Amino acid sequence: MDCYTANWNPLGDSAFYRKYELYSMDWDLKEELRDCLVAAAPYGGPIALLRNPWRKEKATSIRPVLEIYSASGLPLASLLWKSGPVVSLGWSAEEELLCVQEDGVVLVYGLHGDFRRHFSMGNEVLQNRVLDARIFHTEFGSGLAILTGAHRFTLSANVGDLKLRRMPEVPGLQSAPSCWTTLCQDRVAHILLAVGPDLYLLDHAACSAVTLPGLAPGVSSFLQMAVSFTYRHLALFTDTGYIWMGTSSLKEKLCEFNCNIRAPPKQMVWCSRPRSKERAVVVAWERRLMVVGDAPESIQYKQLTIQVLLDRLVLRRLYPLAIQICEYLRLPEVQGVSRILAHWACYKVQQKDVSDEDVARAINQKLGDTPGVSYSDIAARAYGCGRTELAIKLLEYEPRSGEQVPLLLKMKRSKLALSKAIESGDTDLVFTVLLHLKNELNRGDFFMTLRNQPMALSLYRQFCKHQELETLKDLYNQDDNHQELGSFHIRASYAAEERIEGRVAALQTAADAFYKAKNEFAAKATEDQMRLLRLQRRLEDELGGHFVDLSLHDTVTTLILGGHSKRAEQLARDFRIPDKRLWWLKLTALADLEDWEELEKFSKSKKSPIGYLPFVEICMKQHNKYEAKKYASRVGPEQKVKALLLVGDVAQAADVAIEHRNEAELSLVLSHCTGATDGATADKIQRARAQAQKK
Amino acid sequence: MAFPHRPDAPELPDFSMLKRLARDQLIYLLEQLPGKKDLFIEADLMSPLDRIANVSILKQHEVDKLYKVESKPALSSNEQLCFLVRPRIKNMRYIASLVNADKMAGRTRKYKVIFCPQKFHACEMVLEEEGVYGDVSCDEWAFSLLPLDVDLLSMELPEFFRDYFLEGDQRWINTVAQALHLLSTLYGPFPNCYGIGRCTKMSYELWRRLEEEEDGETKGRRPEIGHIFLLDRDVDFVTALCSQVVYEGLVDDTFRIKCGSVDFGPEVTSSDRSLKVLLNAEDKVFNEIRNEHFSNVFGFLSQKARNLQAQYDRRRGMDIKQMKNFVSQELKGLKQEHRLLSVPLLEGFNIRESTSYIEEHIDRQVSPIESLRLMCLLSITENGLIPKDYRSLKTQYLQSYGPEHLLTFSNLRRAGLLTEQAPGDTLTAVESKVSKLVTDKAAGKITDAFSSLAKRSNFRAISKKLNLIPRVDGEYDLKVPRDMAYVFSGAYVPLSCRIIEQVLERRSWQGLDEVVRLLNCSELAFTDTTKEDKASSECLRLILVVFLGGCTFSEISALRFLGREKGYRFIFLTTAITNSARLMEAMSEVKA
Repeated sequence: MDCYTANWNPLGDSAFYRKYELYSMDWDLKEELRDCLVAAAPYGGPIALLRNPWRKEKATSIRPVLEIYSASGLPLASLLWKSGPVVSLGWSAEEELLCVQEDGVVLVYGLHGDFRRHFSMGNEVLQNRVLDARIFHTEFGSGLAILTGAHRFTLSANVGDLKLRRMPEVPGLQSAPSCWTTLCQDRVAHILLAVGPDLYLLDHAACSAVTLPGLAPGVSSFLQMAVSFTYRHLALFTDTGYIWMGTSSLKEKLCEFNCNIRAPPKQMVWCSRPRSKERAVVVAWERRLMVVGDAPESIQYKQLTIQVLLDRLVLRRLYPLAIQICEYLRLPEVQGVSRILAHWACYKVQQKDVSDEDVARAINQKLGDTPGVSYSDIAARAYGCGRTELAIKLLEYEPRSGEQVPLLLKMKRSKLALSKAIESGDTDLVFTVLLHLKNELNRGDFFMTLRNQPMALSLYRQFCKHQELETLKDLYNQDDNHQELGSFHIRASYAAEERIEGRVAALQTAADAFYKAKNEFAAKATEDQMRLLRLQRRLEDELGGHFVDLSLHDTVTTLILGGHSKRAEQLARDFRIPDKRLWWLKLTALADLEDWEELEKFSKSKKSPIGYLPFVEICMKQHNKYEAKKYASRVGPEQKVKALLLVGDVAQAADVAIEHRNEAELSLVLSHCTGATDGATADKIQRARAQAQKK
Repeated sequence: MAFPHRPDAPELPDFSMLKRLARDQLIYLLEQLPGKKDLFIEADLMSPLDRIANVSILKQHEVDKLYKVESKPALSSNEQLCFLVRPRIKNMRYIASLVNADKMAGRTRKYKVIFCPQKFHACEMVLEEEGVYGDVSCDEWAFSLLPLDVDLLSMELPEFFRDYFLEGDQRWINTVAQALHLLSTLYGPFPNCYGIGRCTKMSYELWRRLEEEEDGETKGRRPEIGHIFLLDRDVDFVTALCSQVVYEGLVDDTFRIKCGSVDFGPEVTSSDRSLKVLLNAEDKVFNEIRNEHFSNVFGFLSQKARNLQAQYDRRRGMDIKQMKNFVSQELKGLKQEHRLLSVPLLEGFNIRESTSYIEEHIDRQVSPIESLRLMCLLSITENGLIPKDYRSLKTQYLQSYGPEHLLTFSNLRRAGLLTEQAPGDTLTAVESKVSKLVTDKAAGKITDAFSSLAKRSNFRAISKKLNLIPRVDGEYDLKVPRDMAYVFSGAYVPLSCRIIEQVLERRSWQGLDEVVRLLNCSELAFTDTTKEDKASSECLRLILVVFLGGCTFSEISALRFLGREKGYRFIFLTTAITNSARLMEAMSEVKA
C-alpha cells in the first residue's frame, strides 16, 4: 500500500503541500518562459505565449512567434508575429487576445489565432509609446490601461466599446511609478500608483494622494502591488519587506506581514480557492515562493454560469459537445441549441474555401427556422469576413425584414434596405433608410427611388410638409404632379405672404399648374380667386373696412351692409352670382339691417326665385310679424299652410289645408291648435277629415 | 325601456388595469427626472391625461407648474422642464425654440421630452437639426388605450384618420399593433380574428409579427375575449356621415363629447355656470338612455323625474330636470330636420331634389361643415356626383365659404369622399353582375334598376345585398327596435355593423365575396381562426371591434343592440370617437 502522504511536504507548523503535474504542456521551449510574454485567460481559459517579443535587440531574422495553448496544454494556434513590437498581452473576458504594441495599436485575436480587428489607443500613446499596459475586467467588459513614455495614463473601460480616457497628470512625476494597478470602485476604473513613499489614486477627473490605513512606518518605496480578481482586495509589498493587505477601497487593513526579504518580488498575486474563506497572497521571487494569508469572513466568488461554460465550448468549436450539454440540461432552445447553432453558422461563414451558395444552404439546412436564431447576425459575420454576397443570401432567410435593414445599410444596399424596411411595416426604420438614401444618392436618384415606393414617399412628404417645404415642391415637380403643385402654391399663397401681389403671383403659378394638370375647374376657380383678391384690395382702399380673404358671398354681403348696393350689384354681375344665391344673400342682409322698406322693394323687383316663404321666415326671425304677414299672402300654395302657421294665423291655415284636402297639412295645422282659442279650428279640421273619409 | 343586459350576457374584462398601467408608467417617467419640474402638456393630451393621473398625483411626483404646449414663450422659471407631447414636428420646433432661447440667455436647464404614445425618428431628427438633441432626453409613454367606458377603449388619436386615409401616412399602424399586442398580453390571445380594409390588414400583420417575436408571452394563456373584428373607416363612410339620432350620438353631434365628457354651457344647464358631465355607464340614468332613439328620451325622463329624483346623485352630473330641459329645448325640432337631411340621400330618391336642397343649404351659408357632409353623402351613395352637379356645387361652395376650400375638395377627392362620376365608364364584369342582381331583385321596377346601373352605385348594390334599408311596413316603433336600423330612425342599418353581424354569424367571410368585392376589399378581408380549447363559451360571446379611423356612437349603440339580441357583448376599440363633423373637419383646409 502506498503511503498517501509520501509526496506531501510540511509548510510551516500546521500545513502541508504537495506538487504534482496536472498537465504536461505541449510547448517546446528553447528559451525560458521568462523570455516570453505570457498571458493566461481567466477561468482556466487559454494561455498565450509570445516568444522573442523584443526582437529589436535580437537578430532581425528571428521573428517573434505567437502561440496559443489550451489550459491543458494543447496547442491551439501558432503564428509568426509580423506586426510591431508588443509590450503586453492579455485576454478579454470574451477570450479574445489583446496584443498591445509599443505604438498603442492593439491587435485582437480569437483563441484559434484568427485575427479579429485592431484599434488604436490614440495619438498621445502613439507619440509617447507604451511603457506598460494592463488588461482588467469589469462588469462592463474588459478594459485596458496604458502607461505612456510621458508617464501619463490612458484608459478604456471597455475595449468592446472603445472610449479613450486620458487620465490627469500626476504632479511631479518624473519617472515611471515603482508599481501601479487598476482598481474598480463604484463602477468606475481608477489607477493606483506608487511614487516613492507616496500613493496616488487617479480617476478621470483628478489625481489624489492616498494613504493606507495602519501602514507600518519606515516605508520609502512600494515595490509591488496586487489587486484581487474581484477588485475587493489589495496587497502592497514595500522596500522594508513588509506586506500590507486590505480592502481596495483603502479604508480597511486586513492583515500585515513582515517577511524580511527586501528584494523586489518578481510577482505577487491574490489566490484563494472557490468558496474558501481563506484569502492569501502569493509572492514569488527568483527561487522562493511565499503564501501570506488570513482567514476572515467569507468571500463570494462569481461562478462560471452554464451560459459562460457553453460560450467557452463554442469558442473552442466544440459545437456537438455544447449541443449535447444543452440537450442534457434541457435548456430552452433560445438559450441553448439555437444559440450554439448560430455560433456554428458564424464559424461556417468564415470557411472561405466553400462557395457562398453552399455555405448559405448548409446553414439554412441546419438552422431552418429554429427560434432564436438571428440570420442577420450570421450575415453580419459573413459581411465582416468580406463576404457581401453570402451576407445578402443569408439575409434572405431572416424572417423579420426589419432585422435585415441595418446590415443592408452597412453594406450600402440601401435600396434593398428600403424595400425591407417597408416590408417590416416599421415607419421609423423606413425613415432611417430614407435619410441614408438622401445622403447617399443624388437628388434625382433619391426622388426616383421614392417614386417607386409609395409608402416611403408619403412618409417623406409628410416630413417635408412640416420641415422642408422646398423639397416637397421638388418632389411634386419631379413627378409632374401638377395637381399637387397647384395645391402647394395655393397653400403658399395663404402662408405668411402679406402683399397682395405676392399672393396673386402664387395663385397664378397655381392656376398654371392646374391647367397643366388638366384641372380646368381648379384653374378657373383660382383665377376667380385672383380677381376677387385684387378687387377686395381695391375695395379696402376705396371704402375702408375689411374685405381681403372674405368669400365672394361675404364680400357682397359686406357691401350691402355697408350701404354700397351698387357695388354689390356690380360684383354679383362680374362674378356671375346665381340669382338664387343673390336673393338669399340680399334677403338676409336687408333683414339684418332691418331695412324693411328696401326688402319690400326688393321682393317686388321681380318674381322671387326662392319663393316667399323665406321672406316670412326671416321676418319672423327678426320678430316682425307685421312684415311677415305681407309676404305670407304671396307664398305659393304648396307652402301656404306653413307660412300661415308661421305668422300664427291658424284659422286661415286650416282653411287652406281643408281646401287642399291634404292630410299631412291638416295634421300639421292640428298640431298647432293650442288651448281654447283654436278649439273651433280644431273641430273644423276634424269635421273635414271625417267628411274626407266618408268619400 | 332602456334595454337591460340579458342575464346570460358575458362579463366584461376589467379594463381599469390599462389605466393603472399607464399611470404607473407615467409616474416612473416623471421620477426619472428627480426633483421639482414644470410639466408642459400638449392640449390634445390634457383630457386623456386627466383620466389617468390628476393634478394631485402629478404634484405628488414633484410636478410644480403645469403649462400648455403652445407657441408663446414659456414663462417657467423652473430648473427642470418636462414636455408631454404627441410626436409631432411642430412640437419639436416649439421645444427647440425654447431650449435655444435658454441657451441664448446663457441658461442651463434639464429638459425631458416624453412622447406619447411613441417617438418617431423624424421628431428626433428635427431636434437634431435644430441643434438641441444633445440637450434634451427623450422618453416614451406607451399610453395608447384609454378606457372611456366599461366597453369602450379609445386611442385618442383623432389625427389617425387624416394621416392615414388622406395622407397615406402609415406611422400609426405600429401604434395600433402595439396596442393590440398589449391587449393580448393582458387579456389572452384572440381565438377568432376577422378584418376588412387595407390599414386593418397591415396592422393585423404587424401585430401578428409582434406576437411571434415575443412568442411565449401569451402562449398558454386562457383567452378572455373570443373574437376580434378589425375594420377600416373607409369601408363605411356612409354611416359616419349620417347625422345621429340615438341619444349619445346626438349629444356628440350637438355638443362634442370630448374624452368621455361633455361641457354644457349655461344656456343648457339653465343656471349661471357651465357643467362638465362625465358620460359613462356609471351614470345610471344616462346609461339607460344613451342608446335610445332620442324621440323616446323625453318621455322616459319625465317618468324618471317623478320616480327617481330623490335618489339621483346630483353631484354626478345633470339632474333629471336639467336633462329634461335639455332634451326638450335643445333637441326638439331636430327630428324632422334629421330625417330630411340623411334619409332621402340614403334611399336614393330624388337626386335632383337632394342636389337643390344642398345647393340651398350652401347658398344660405347654413354651415360649411354640414354642407360638405351632405355633398359627400350624396357623392358616396351615388358613387360620385354627375360632372355638372360636381362642378356647380363646388362653385357654389367656394363662393359661400371661401376659395381656400379648393384644397378641401382636392382632399375629399383623394380620400374618395367627394368624387365625380367618370363619364363613359364601362361596367366591369362584377358591376354588370351586380346590376343584374339589382334588376332581378327589383323586378317590375326596371327604370329604377336601370338608373342605378348607369350610376354604378356600389353603395346601392351593397345596400340591396345587405338589406341596409329595411322595407318600412307602417310606422317603425322606435321604442321597441326590431333591428339595428333604429339608430337611424328605422331607415338604415349601419353598413359597418351589418358587416360585423354577417361575418360573426358565418364565423367567416364565406358567402360575402360579392359584398367584399363591391367594397373594393377583395384582397383585404380575412379570417384567422386558431383552434383554442381553452376558450370558454362565455369568452366566445365577447367580441372586440376595432375601428381604425374612428367610430361613431350610433355604431356603438347599434352593436350594443345586436349584442343584446344575440347574447353577445361587444367591446369597442377605436382610434378616436368620430362623427360626421369631425370627419369633415379632418378633410377641411383652413387658412393658416
